[in-house]
Amino acid sequence: MKISGAQMVMEALKHENVDTIFGYPGGNVLNLYDMLYDTDIRHILSRHEQGAAHAADGYARATGKPGVVLATSGPGATNLVTGIAAAYMDSVPMVFITGQVAIPLIGTDAFQEVDITGITLPITKHNFLVKDVRELPTIIKQAFYLATTGRCGPVLIDIPKDVQQAVAEFRYPENVSIPGYNPTYNGHPGQISRGARAIARAKKPVIYAGGGVTNSGAYEELLQLAEQCGIPVTTTLMGLSAFPGNHPLALGMLGMHGTYWANMAVSNADMILAVGARFDERVTGDAKRFASKAKIVHIDIDPAEIGKNVQVDVPIVGDVKLVLTELLKKLGPSDTGPWLEKIAKWKEETPLSYSQDMNGEISPQFVIEKIYEKTQGKALIATEVGQHQMWTAQYYKFTRPRSLASSGGLGAMGYGFPASLGMQVGRPDELVFCIAGDGSFLMNSQELAMAVEYNIPVKVAIINNQCLGMVRQLQQFYCKGRYISVDLQQVPDFAKMAEAYGALGLRVEKPADVVPAIEEALAFSGPAVIDFRVMSNTNVFPMVPPNSQINKMIKGEQK
Amino acid sequence: MRYVLAVLVEDKPGVLVRVAGLFSRRGYNIESLAVGKTVEPMVSRMTIEVEADEKILEQIIKQLYKLINVLKVSNLTQEPSVDRELVLIKVSADVGNRAEIQQIVETFRAKIVDVALNSIIIEVTGNQEKIEAITMLLSQYTILEVVRTGKIAILRGSKTIK
Repeated sequence: MKISGAQMVMEALKHENVDTIFGYPGGNVLNLYDMLYDTDIRHILSRHEQGAAHAADGYARATGKPGVVLATSGPGATNLVTGIAAAYMDSVPMVFITGQVAIPLIGTDAFQEVDITGITLPITKHNFLVKDVRELPTIIKQAFYLATTGRCGPVLIDIPKDVQQAVAEFRYPENVSIPGYNPTYNGHPGQISRGARAIARAKKPVIYAGGGVTNSGAYEELLQLAEQCGIPVTTTLMGLSAFPGNHPLALGMLGMHGTYWANMAVSNADMILAVGARFDERVTGDAKRFASKAKIVHIDIDPAEIGKNVQVDVPIVGDVKLVLTELLKKLGPSDTGPWLEKIAKWKEETPLSYSQDMNGEISPQFVIEKIYEKTQGKALIATEVGQHQMWTAQYYKFTRPRSLASSGGLGAMGYGFPASLGMQVGRPDELVFCIAGDGSFLMNSQELAMAVEYNIPVKVAIINNQCLGMVRQLQQFYCKGRYISVDLQQVPDFAKMAEAYGALGLRVEKPADVVPAIEEALAFSGPAVIDFRVMSNTNVFPMVPPNSQINKMIKGEQK
Repeated sequence: MRYVLAVLVEDKPGVLVRVAGLFSRRGYNIESLAVGKTVEPMVSRMTIEVEADEKILEQIIKQLYKLINVLKVSNLTQEPSVDRELVLIKVSADVGNRAEIQQIVETFRAKIVDVALNSIIIEVTGNQEKIEAITMLLSQYTILEVVRTGKIAILRGSKTIK
């Protein structure tokens, strides 16, 4: 039977077991939405396409299933761009479907025409402009396959209006054959043996785990390896929920705002096992002097990540879960006691610290610590970008896989709130918090309408320091305190704003009210926003100045 | 150092942009790029000359492989291969110096493909040294315009890139 291109998209989504999509309609996706009307697929309407993109991204990170977004041509498509880039930088499996003007109009600067495949070329794993309706089933199959296999990432399919309307025979392919795409899953046995030897010989080993652990579902294997060999584990921001933060072997995050002891451990280690991480400059500081005493074993599914930023001794290209499974077979227990004691000393010497005067202003870290205590590290958390994000990384100990969504690579303010909504949609039975800054929250606060419309009961904690704290901190350190455009006194009353949308809004100004407010929000069945008015001049410490060695940390304010 | 890569790609719209875009956004230096169809239907071959050190070259090859439409990347730099470039050179020439120029052309086994009252067009095929040499000699006259195809290269012997 012949069906239209728009119908094919719906059939294909059913074949891919997509039950929820995020989107925003428009002229060049009329046919797609018209066909969506007849399906059981749940469509979540955002209030801005960027919100849809980030929400679907949060959905994907929380569930491991691809996030699917539908948007119209032109501005609908360009509004997705930040969302696509965020997903690309963090390797999130996503499929974006955009409408396009009819083929005869392409290239004529038609109304709402934009070359979205051209624009998204550098921020998608791959993209397609569909020129013939007969190719549509194969393209959609390939798009889902590309997004969810190998190193995951966003794929965009641009479908002109006349292709949506054209009819053809529909048969959804069972298999995919893409000649230029053959990810390596099984690690090379020789390399795995070499890696195992390096691990076994190490006296001062450290595991440095990243988002690849989450993407490959290697949570158990990583935990087992760390425990079996007594290796302490530090993670990147992306890797935070890939290893239990309250585990005795957990060192917390490393790098620019990592813990002192994690950075010291890495800098003094004789072996680093990098697992699904990419030696980003926020992690390494001066890459030439990163872990200079260590033999580096690097497991990654993307061969291009190996040797890109840091010279590696034992590269192992493959799926993290499969490689760790093989490594486990070759490794026995080893005695790392003295090394762990040394790390414990560093921790004792320079712990994470802040003070909270119960009669003074609220410390931002205090709020995050209380959220951690109240949720016992079990909540799903999305963060925005800035100081609150780093404090979340430092003070919230994630204990479950896929419990953090944060824009790590792109660092997109405005990501966290819609992402938290997507996390909640994907895992409706969980408690979801969004930890936000006053600056970031305003960037996509319109999605309060989405939260209320679909009764998505996310709890938003705005760490409101009345300024763009991270930029202010940078201006303090690197611009001699010449503060410019970082003062955010002029923001709406967030509690009233939440109420105006129909959510619960709370405002907290005293330390003693922090916990009661969290409890009130938790007791409320719908979305809630808590505006925590915190002190405005707190800095994130410790900190590594740009391009410095990561063990040369500024530990705190000069007093 | 200068490297020569043979890149087999799927013959699909936008592939050239994907490859060129990769080079520009990652800051790799393309010296020349030539592309054309192969005997294999739907497969095109690009010859890309890059200026890079060994580490960057490794990244270039790996990043090229990440493009879904790229089928194979071969480094021909160290392999015994034949490489050629075709150049069209328009030189200002009149009765007075035409014969002189013709002599240079013959020495290099190049061809004069167009003669006008005040100019001639010379077609040269060869490797880089040959093209540089003839360009240098012709520069004593007025070179009006130069068009180059970019280098293409093929392995010597029966070995092929597929």
